[in-house]
Amino acid sequence: MATVAKSKPIKLDDVEPEMLKSNSLWSDAWRQFRKHKLAMIAVFVLFFIVAGVIIGPFFWTVDPEHIEITESYSGMTTIHPFGTDSLGRDTLARVMFGGRVSLAIGISAMLIAMFLGTLVGLLAGYYRSLDNILMRITDMFLSLPILPLLLVITLLFRDSLRKIFGPEMGIFILTVTIIGALGWMPTARLVRGEVLAVKGQEFVLAARSIGSPDYRILFGHILRNVFSPVIVAATFSIASAIITEAALSFLGLGFPPDFPTWGRLLFDGKDFLTITPALVIWPGLFISLTVLCVNFIGDGLRDALDPKMRK
Amino acid sequence: MQYFSFRKMSLLLVIVLVVGAFGVIGTASAQDDERTLNILYWQAPSTLNVFLSGGTKEIHAASLVLEPLARYDQDGNLVPYLATEIPTLENGGISEDLTTITWNLRDDIVWSDGTPFTADDVVFSWEFCTNPELGCSQVQNFNDVENVEAVDDHTVLITFGGPKPFPYGPFVGAQSPIFQRAQFQDCVGADAQSCTEENFNPIGTGPYVVEEFRPNDVITYVVNENYRDFPEKPFFTRVNFKGGGDAESAARAVLETGEFDYAWNLQVEFPILQAMEANGIGTIISGFGTSVERLIVNQTNPNPDLGDLRSVFEADGSNAHPFLTDPAVYRALSMAIDRNVMAEQLYGPTGRATCNVLPAPAIYASTNNDSCLVQDIEGANALLDEAGIVDTDGDGIREKDGVPLRILYQTSTNALRQNEQALIKQWWSEIGVDTELRNIDASVFFGGDPASPDTYQKFYADIEMYTNNFDGTDPESYMSNWACNNIPGPDTGWLGNNIQRSCDPEYDALVEQMARTADLEDRAALAIQMNDMIVQNGWMIPLIHRGAVSARRNDLEGVLMNVWDSELWNIADWTRAS
Repeated sequence: MATVAKSKPIKLDDVEPEMLKSNSLWSDAWRQFRKHKLAMIAVFVLFFIVAGVIIGPFFWTVDPEHIEITESYSGMTTIHPFGTDSLGRDTLARVMFGGRVSLAIGISAMLIAMFLGTLVGLLAGYYRSLDNILMRITDMFLSLPILPLLLVITLLFRDSLRKIFGPEMGIFILTVTIIGALGWMPTARLVRGEVLAVKGQEFVLAARSIGSPDYRILFGHILRNVFSPVIVAATFSIASAIITEAALSFLGLGFPPDFPTWGRLLFDGKDFLTITPALVIWPGLFISLTVLCVNFIGDGLRDALDPKMRK
Repeated sequence: MQYFSFRKMSLLLVIVLVVGAFGVIGTASAQDDERTLNILYWQAPSTLNVFLSGGTKEIHAASLVLEPLARYDQDGNLVPYLATEIPTLENGGISEDLTTITWNLRDDIVWSDGTPFTADDVVFSWEFCTNPELGCSQVQNFNDVENVEAVDDHTVLITFGGPKPFPYGPFVGAQSPIFQRAQFQDCVGADAQSCTEENFNPIGTGPYVVEEFRPNDVITYVVNENYRDFPEKPFFTRVNFKGGGDAESAARAVLETGEFDYAWNLQVEFPILQAMEANGIGTIISGFGTSVERLIVNQTNPNPDLGDLRSVFEADGSNAHPFLTDPAVYRALSMAIDRNVMAEQLYGPTGRATCNVLPAPAIYASTNNDSCLVQDIEGANALLDEAGIVDTDGDGIREKDGVPLRILYQTSTNALRQNEQALIKQWWSEIGVDTELRNIDASVFFGGDPASPDTYQKFYADIEMYTNNFDGTDPESYMSNWACNNIPGPDTGWLGNNIQRSCDPEYDALVEQMARTADLEDRAALAIQMNDMIVQNGWMIPLIHRGAVSARRNDLEGVLMNVWDSELWNIADWTRAS
């Protein structure tokens, strides 16, 4: 007791001023994220691409479907900065329109996949009785080949969805749902692992000992602590959804042939690789850039959100 | 000692493996270079029984194995194959009253299993195709045939129901080959679909036999050692017939990389082909036959709400299309199209604008529809306005009796066809017609699978586009495709060539009349009349008279582009330059 009394009590005035600011998880993460150079570059590039496809068409008012046969195979000119295809359709307008679709698919499919993946992971990790069955279902889904399945489902549900939502919206919903519904498994595994680690910690025990109901423990305590891997998985999932849609369009499936997406533009342009390479280069470049940026951001977020990796 | 022997053994094993591997590679590559012919068809055959599939790809693939009595050569002349000569009035093979034709068969032909080929097999082929339970795709070749009879082992007498001025329908050309009775006698009628082994490995008299058939993928043929000219012909001992992919990569595989020796049906935009040929590895070969890229206009209602009645023809007209049977609509749709722009921009020298379903041979070509060559959007709009088909709800799309003119327009996946679709969609939008485009993988679209909703036969769309043609030079059986009895539907397993489901007794009467008319000029007049009916009734909207475009590697010799028969008709004569 005496020794404790002797020691000089810390006064608030002695502390360095910046230490007084409370550090939230997010501000810490942001400070860490800024140190990841590639991720910062990726944020700017992605922002530029997203802004371009969203705002771009308001400035570049050329109709992506307008055919001007006399202007076909035009190189990169001031009238057509990205050139034109064999029917004289403006590639810049088509790339911007296609980008909206591709990005929308990526983000919506990601949201579906994250929702499902997190839910399954939480339940499997928290309830021992559900663990085995949910994880075996996950394994089963992992073993499903996505492309053949997509083809079959497209064939089965295309007409009914087309009737309800129209051809473009119908296919959009179909594609997004399937990509999302088949992309949740890695997230579920990841979340389950984290939940298993977190639920053994003292604060969960504390919460339980004061009689918190399961849902509050799950969503109030555990979910918050497994959120960072979910965010990282989300970025990767956007990238894979964009690529899956591109693969579908590349196979000539999915959206109607006159509805440009990046994958479809690539598919249509590939025949002209030797005549007007711009038709392939631009959509290809944007697919690669977007996926690369999203992956770098994911990488940066993983480093930033993991306290153990903080320097 | 034990250790030593183990070392010795493993050394020996390694040597054996290495030598073996090199040996195999060595022989395989020698074969690849010399005597293996690699053919690429970007639509893969699903069967070799041409009676079960009307597809060109199946007919060509089967022509290596199955032979008819006579074929057409590259100029459209008849050449005897299994017959000793072409029966004519002069040599007495055709009776004076034109009701019978007598084929004398060669007596030196054996089937690939070694058994002799006889007149009985010819009779069987007729019975096989005309069995009403089969739904034979080539039944039009047997129009008016009353009886086929084996006079003796090597003489076949065909009797027609009346005078048959052009009696070369049955057993002539790749569409009407001879099947072996011994092999197919248990596969008649409805059973034929399930005879997989027989349909994939038919016993034939041609230069090759099937070694392995993988449906919708690859066919491997080896030489038929019982072939009449063996071992002088054929030069190639193996043929790999690869299916699948798309036209553009098929062209590339021959013209740019030289992986394949021959590629068929290169419906690729001409500037691309031209650039590829400049590599000097292969040559583009083409010929104008009877191929016409056309829009098929569905006369029945394809509305998904109808369920099992979708695109099913009802004789009482109760299931007619809500607007495509209106003259103002189909005329306007045709008028809005600028065929010349399509031909010049997309086909170059491999296609010409046409207004006829039957553009060749010249005597059969109608000139009555040539006004369609000039695009007339204003006229089309005026026509629709006059007919009272106007936009009533202000959405830019016209309505007929409250049904908006929204068209689902499908075709096979092919960059050129998608461009044709885009052009037509734009022109139709200018006359207040909304078009939804759909493209379907070619192997599905032309696959003929009765379980798939996406085949061209099921036609679950308002308009579809593809190319059709006929082998030989006489259009009689081709024109009979569009008679009432040839309409596909669930009761025929969706077989039948009257894809647009048109039924007009007047047309059927013309078909019958042509079958009885002998004089060539009268026949031409009838053919023209039928062609005009098809076009003017809006059953089909012809677009482009297409040249057949294929490519061969420069060292492949003996290829004679044939637009009247199978392109592979003379494959026994193909050789490789050394």
